[in-house]
Amino acid sequence: MTNLWADIKNTDLVVIMGGNAAEAHPCGFKWVTEAKHHKKAKLIVVDPRFTRSAAMSDLFIQIRPGTDIAFLGGVIKYLLDNDKLQKEYVLNYTNAAYILRADYKFEDGLFSGYDEAKRDYNRASWEYEFGDDGFVKADTTLQDPRCVFQVMKAHFARYTPEMVERITGAAKDKFLEACKWIAETSAPDKVMTSMYALGWTQHSKGSQNIRTMAMIQLLLGNIGLAGGGMNALRGHSNIQGLTDIGLMSNLIPGYLTLPTDAQADFAAYMRPRGFKPLRPGQTSFWQNYDKFFVSFMKAMWGSAATKENDWAYDYLPKLDVGAYDVLRGWEMMHQGKINGYFCQGFNPLMSFPNRGKLATAMAKLKFLVVMDPLATETSEFWQNHGEHNAVDPAKIQTEVFRLPTTVFAEEDGSLTNSGRWLQWHWKGAEPPAEAITDIEIMAKIFLKVRELYQKEGGAYADPILKLTWDYEKPQHPSAEELARELNGRALADVPDPRDAARLVLRRGQQLNGFGELRNDGTTMCGNWIYSGCWTEAGNQMARRDNSDPGGLGLTPRWAWSWPANRRILYNRASADVKGAPFNPKQKQVWWNGERWTGYDVPDYGPLVKPEASVGPFIMNQEGTARLFTRGMMRDGPFPEHYEPFEAPVANPLHPKVGPNPVARVFKGDMEVFGKAADFPYVATTYRLTEHFHFWSKHVRINAITQPQEFIELGEELAKEKGISSGDLIEVRSNRGRVKAVAVVTKRIKVLKIDGKMVHTVGIPLHWGFTGETKKGFGCNQLTPYVGDANIETPEYKAFLVDVKKLGTTAA
Amino acid sequence: MSSLQSLDIRRRSATVTQSPSQREATEIAKLIDVSRCIGCKACQAACLEWNDLREEVGVNVGVYDNPHDLTENTWTLMRFTEIDVDGRFEWLIRKDGCMHCADPGCLKACPAPGAIVQYKNGIVDFISENCIGCGYCVKGCPFNIPRISKKDAKAYKCSLCSDRVAVGQAPACAKVCPTQAISFGTKKDMAAWADKRIADLKERGYKSAGLYDPPGVGGTHVMYVLKHADRPQIYAGLPKDPKISPLVEFWKGVTKPLALAGVGLAALIGFFHYVTHGPNEVQAEDEEAAAKARRTPAE
Amino acid sequence: MADKNNILDRYTAGARLNHWINAILMICLVLSGMALFHPSLFFLTDLFGGGTMARIVHPWIGVLAMLSFLGLFIRFWRFNLWTRDDSAWMRNVKHVVSGDEAKVPEAGKYNAGQKLVFWLMSILTILLLTSGLAMWDSQFGEYTTIDQKRLAVVVHAGAAVALLIVVITHIYAAIWIRGTIRGMTRGSVTGGWAWRHHRKWLREEVGKTK
Repeated sequence: MTNLWADIKNTDLVVIMGGNAAEAHPCGFKWVTEAKHHKKAKLIVVDPRFTRSAAMSDLFIQIRPGTDIAFLGGVIKYLLDNDKLQKEYVLNYTNAAYILRADYKFEDGLFSGYDEAKRDYNRASWEYEFGDDGFVKADTTLQDPRCVFQVMKAHFARYTPEMVERITGAAKDKFLEACKWIAETSAPDKVMTSMYALGWTQHSKGSQNIRTMAMIQLLLGNIGLAGGGMNALRGHSNIQGLTDIGLMSNLIPGYLTLPTDAQADFAAYMRPRGFKPLRPGQTSFWQNYDKFFVSFMKAMWGSAATKENDWAYDYLPKLDVGAYDVLRGWEMMHQGKINGYFCQGFNPLMSFPNRGKLATAMAKLKFLVVMDPLATETSEFWQNHGEHNAVDPAKIQTEVFRLPTTVFAEEDGSLTNSGRWLQWHWKGAEPPAEAITDIEIMAKIFLKVRELYQKEGGAYADPILKLTWDYEKPQHPSAEELARELNGRALADVPDPRDAARLVLRRGQQLNGFGELRNDGTTMCGNWIYSGCWTEAGNQMARRDNSDPGGLGLTPRWAWSWPANRRILYNRASADVKGAPFNPKQKQVWWNGERWTGYDVPDYGPLVKPEASVGPFIMNQEGTARLFTRGMMRDGPFPEHYEPFEAPVANPLHPKVGPNPVARVFKGDMEVFGKAADFPYVATTYRLTEHFHFWSKHVRINAITQPQEFIELGEELAKEKGISSGDLIEVRSNRGRVKAVAVVTKRIKVLKIDGKMVHTVGIPLHWGFTGETKKGFGCNQLTPYVGDANIETPEYKAFLVDVKKLGTTAA
Repeated sequence: MSSLQSLDIRRRSATVTQSPSQREATEIAKLIDVSRCIGCKACQAACLEWNDLREEVGVNVGVYDNPHDLTENTWTLMRFTEIDVDGRFEWLIRKDGCMHCADPGCLKACPAPGAIVQYKNGIVDFISENCIGCGYCVKGCPFNIPRISKKDAKAYKCSLCSDRVAVGQAPACAKVCPTQAISFGTKKDMAAWADKRIADLKERGYKSAGLYDPPGVGGTHVMYVLKHADRPQIYAGLPKDPKISPLVEFWKGVTKPLALAGVGLAALIGFFHYVTHGPNEVQAEDEEAAAKARRTPAE
Repeated sequence: MADKNNILDRYTAGARLNHWINAILMICLVLSGMALFHPSLFFLTDLFGGGTMARIVHPWIGVLAMLSFLGLFIRFWRFNLWTRDDSAWMRNVKHVVSGDEAKVPEAGKYNAGQKLVFWLMSILTILLLTSGLAMWDSQFGEYTTIDQKRLAVVVHAGAAVALLIVVITHIYAAIWIRGTIRGMTRGSVTGGWAWRHHRKWLREEVGKTK
């Protein structure tokens, strides 16, 4: 979230699209009801089915799964055509005025630079025109046909309301009603919030779904404002923490990136990370990259990381491919290239797509270690559970180690929520039986491995042998010690750069924030964005003062949020060019004549005068937000509607380019995509309020409230198939099948897509073969093995199935 | 569930004399704002948790309502209705459970002294140890709420968490409701809050939004804010004008004194008849006449 | 009083046993039923081991009472068929109440009043049985709707009260008409009793024996 949960109450319009907050985030949805009651906010829900969020909405629009970009592209066209823009914002705070390179093109569904053989783009042409001064050229009249604004206008000209209806199935009048409501928030003192979750990410173009809405929010001037923003609702209580801490195969903590094979030394690593400003006078915050990186290396290897050895740069693994994401990992396992697997705190057999492939892959492992509080399906993948897990245990030789862990309530620590708050929690109960914390398990394994290296040596033992491990109880590092390490401390006295006689920090002191990080090895910090969470003043995450100066719900003394306890990101953009709040009724930060002040920590240099024209988006080299993104997105600088890999129709915009041309898909998986002729219905998968993923089915009460796997069908399709509510039905894709109870509903209507009637089938995901509920198949029997072009999230939300009635009474 | 608490009793079942009435109490109410309810069933879960109740894990029969009806273990239940209202599709979600009537039909019907009590604050509570399991409360209730246990044959229903309320806590369902669709407070405050919610709904075009506090049962201590208060039946059969059945009123009303009077009168009439007419004794002449008749049968 | 020869048999031992079993069961039903009917009488449940036990045993006693009443019905229905004389008797019932039976037609084994009691008991018993089953939730709760149950409780209460009044009348008549009770205790009545109250029956009996 750019903003925070409580801030949703400050909005004038909530758009829930690509998510279902009322069901998947019921506690957070409270803030929608607050906004509705206290600010008279309206709620628009756009979804393939009428959800419990829709039941709360003022306007619901049903769309076909996988057509969000078409819908949102239509909104962009509406805003541009009707001049519903926050003009001061668009001109000054985005890159609308910048001139693009002449060779950037978009033709017939492809951007310039496409290489069909590699299924990738050469992104060189997706770039600005640079002047002789080395800075980007701009036309502040926005009239130049090569400026971002005009190119964007041309790009989205195709997304007419008629085309939106043809692609998405959304009725034109309702679509235009939504556009009208959205457009009203272009007023400087009106805001809209976007609440989304996996309904946007789990597509082969998931990142672009989100980007399209981000562009709308920029055109409306809603980013950085209270009640605005792009608000990703995280699916687990600490999944924000997972990405923050770098648990992606290509990341190290704080969104720093892992080196590649080509970057042989530290200098080579730093070369593309120079981040010089692209516009005159801009701040480019990433210029501090080396300070974050060196401090991280000092946290890892302490005195073994020196300037002379490039801060132990060689100890870091180097990537030979873009990322070892889950799809690639399991593809390799499927090929027999992985023989051991540590599975910690998740249940891939139920979570990743194409369960048949997963089961085959796991059977090729020599060993599998499952660390989990629950007896997950993954840990029992080798057991025969009848038709719900039809394997032959005699043929599976994988040795499975199940290590029971504690749950969050049985340990101290912090959880990072969607709003980037690190909230400390205290152990509430002793763990049962032999369960111990994940930290303890990992520590013990590490110490054992290190002992083996010490005794027996190894090919390259230094990264293991020299790893800093200075915990009081090496077998069991405490959450406090780890938190202090993430915050960072001074390894030597740190002088003030402006006054060498003055010390910023004495040796051993905890850092106050990432501003104190150094690139000379005098500071260490496990995660620069978490710096400030545990200072000399103590554990900031444990703060519980809910006072709320300003009344916006920012509660700056409750817990601690990254970065720097800032509650709303880009909050400089909530004030106009001169530093006065766009919406005086919801003041956040402002220029008081001498410095930036306000109720939030300004996302800006505190002393940078407004006249200095430094852009508010200081993380970008431009200082402005990107309507046109340069090299960052693999699948295009502008979003484009691509069909899901299994689609009921050809892409109405460009029939030759159907799905995302650079989405992650492996050979072998491409062949098992189903065709509309065999699988005529569009399916989508989702969570229900009553359950949390595959956990809560182990809890009796949750099992009572939603006991058995079911599949939702619209009344029209049910009638065609002679299916009534409660019947047992079978849903098949080209990869597998699910048998479940039919729930026939008015909440899913048949849609007219490009002249063809298209039915949607809804598949909740929660049931498996362990736990308290009735046994189920799980929706990943059906889902395709294809991932987003940028972040490789699998396409769970749009694929094709067929439906068959099996019997009149559910077994 | 138990009378061992600090709530004063206003009325007791099967008790003709007055309860201690000296102390004052504030009437409370639970307000269920259907327009804020997201049907998450947290209230159902909290009810099971707090009251130590567990259902068997059931099956899906083609709807979201699970369990499928109130039971002796399920004292509250989300009921889902898909319906077109005035040309607009709506998914109505209503939390069903005891309404805690001011004039409770269950209490009226109950024959066991103190098995059902109404506290001064308005809560209607089943005191299980006094319950004899006759099921009269089921017949008395205009909302079809009480359920008879298959295990102990006693009647069960929502207690409005009288044990929590007695110590100043909100009912478990209100405590956990994530959107504050369930609020709890004095009946007066709840009515005032409902007015604000109704004004908001009217602004959004729900012209017949209103408060459900049916006068037919003297008002209730569980009230609903409904978007369509003129048609409560569309919310999974919420009765439009609930009243205690006239049959039950008759049974527990005039029948009782009439019956006692009838029986007493019959006995009295007999007694007074005896007093005035004396016994009808066989006379010597009767015996003689009989003896004579037996000797001369041809007569 | 009468000499030993002037005695008539009125009830066999089986009939007497049947009657008194029925009477005892009826008393139990009245006590447990009234206990559940009126709060002021709830204390009577203690006779049965408390409220819950009263609730449990009442319908079972009811079942037994129905069976025993069935026995009585089979024994006596023939004698209770209505005749023209009965109607005349009924029209002049006020003389009977005043103790002047000479002004009404001679009665057979049962007079019209007794026949009325018999038929009222039979009808009310059927009503009590059917309404009782409809409200016997622990056994048959699922077979009726709540509305049907509501009707049943009213019918049950009304029929029970009516039956109780009939029973009171029955008992009072037995007390008032001296010499009656020995018929149901010893099985026989005196000839004088029969002459005075059931002269036609007496004549029939005499006719049979000679």
